[in-house]
Amino acid sequence: MNNSPDHRAAIQFQNVSYRLNTGYELLRNLNLEVQRGETLVLLGRSGSGKTTTLKLINRLLLQSNGEIYVDGRSIRDWDVIRLRRMIGYVIQEVGLFPHFTVARNIGVVPQIEGWPADRIQSRVQELLQLVGLEPQLASRYPRELSGGQRQRVGVARALAADPSFLLMDEPFGALDPITRAELQREFLALQRRLGKTVVFVTHDLREALLLGTRITLMEAGQLVVTLTPDEFLHSTDPMVAAYVDAFKTEISPKSLGQNDPQTK
Amino acid sequence: MNVLQFIAQNHIEVLELTAEHLWLVGASIFLAVLIGIPLGILITRWPVLKRPVLGGANIIQTIPSLALFGFLLPAPWIGARADRLAIFALTMYALLPLISGTYTGIKGVDPAVVEAGRGMGMTDRQLLWQVEFPLALGVIIAGVRVAAVISIGLATIAAAIGAGGLGEYIFRGLAMVNNQVILAGAIPAAALAILADVSLGWLEKRLKPQ
Repeated sequence: MNNSPDHRAAIQFQNVSYRLNTGYELLRNLNLEVQRGETLVLLGRSGSGKTTTLKLINRLLLQSNGEIYVDGRSIRDWDVIRLRRMIGYVIQEVGLFPHFTVARNIGVVPQIEGWPADRIQSRVQELLQLVGLEPQLASRYPRELSGGQRQRVGVARALAADPSFLLMDEPFGALDPITRAELQREFLALQRRLGKTVVFVTHDLREALLLGTRITLMEAGQLVVTLTPDEFLHSTDPMVAAYVDAFKTEISPKSLGQNDPQTK
Repeated sequence: MNVLQFIAQNHIEVLELTAEHLWLVGASIFLAVLIGIPLGILITRWPVLKRPVLGGANIIQTIPSLALFGFLLPAPWIGARADRLAIFALTMYALLPLISGTYTGIKGVDPAVVEAGRGMGMTDRQLLWQVEFPLALGVIIAGVRVAAVISIGLATIAAAIGAGGLGEYIFRGLAMVNNQVILAGAIPAAALAILADVSLGWLEKRLKPQ
């Protein structure tokens, strides 16, 4: 294994392990590269280590072994505050500050970066428009929004200081299927325009196939394989096939037929 | 002569003693806030200090108040003036609800919200003052409320060392075996406690995030 960073990769994991203080190993020997401008989906079931992997990138967790490079520079060498401010972070709706208005939530990173107030304000307006929210929502509080609106605010907040990276941890997981589909489409359109380097965590195969440039399947703290969506669907790897099968059964005509006689 | 007549006849003295009482309680709560909230924040940042700080505040709480007032009499500077001594002792008693209220309030903030803040690159100080403290404020005020109600009750005992306050009537009434006089101190003190409880309760509700 070569130990120097690959400068073409936006994010690179080299033999990364993460152990809890109890010694339990959550991630084992992970090697991964995220290319600039791609959307890499980390796919896997609960407990497979996807979220842990994500949190290692913005150093919410620090790896026990191995090296992680962001922009060709070891994560240990980055000033952690600087590192985090150039990485947008979106988590399930709970992450909005309940005591901040929508505008303040979106403007958090510009504000802590010390932008002047009028620049923050115009940036907030710009972002509201970008994620498809009415400008008058700016003065509302998160609790006064619907789930879909909250999630849009979360995305806008992550984009506020125009970071080159986005980490998204099941951002659409708590939404109803229709709103989720809507946000997924909008995310695709947005990503086509902005070209951020995105690492996207989900357990939903359809979401992974739809949004991912490449899909990394994880299982029990280890990386199984990284494939393009097309390769993924046709892979003969037993674990990949098992994952795909699990989703096929879920939407098989038989189970649909029980609710809808027309598909018989 | 009933209590109300007694209070009406002596209303100037009642008001004076109430003002003294409020001074003792107000000053000690003010000091306890100044000391207790920073200590509460400190132990969220330095978990090793949690046990000694909370333990210490707990031990103070177990000392009978009359004994504490007595112990402090010979203390230099503090024992020199009765109201100073009373304020010192009441501050000690008010520390526990403030420290533990601040600690529980900050620890009780939704971890996802804190992690979001951290993940966006907030420094510890920004996280504390922009996220954790405002979200913990309702619980912290609940601590102030408990401290205030306890202090209003305890301050009546301060009269035993000559610090004044509504306890004057209670001790005088006890000496005279006159229930009216005891009640002339006890009723306004109880009213103050209820007033503090209701008003701080209202504030607590307003500050609690939905």
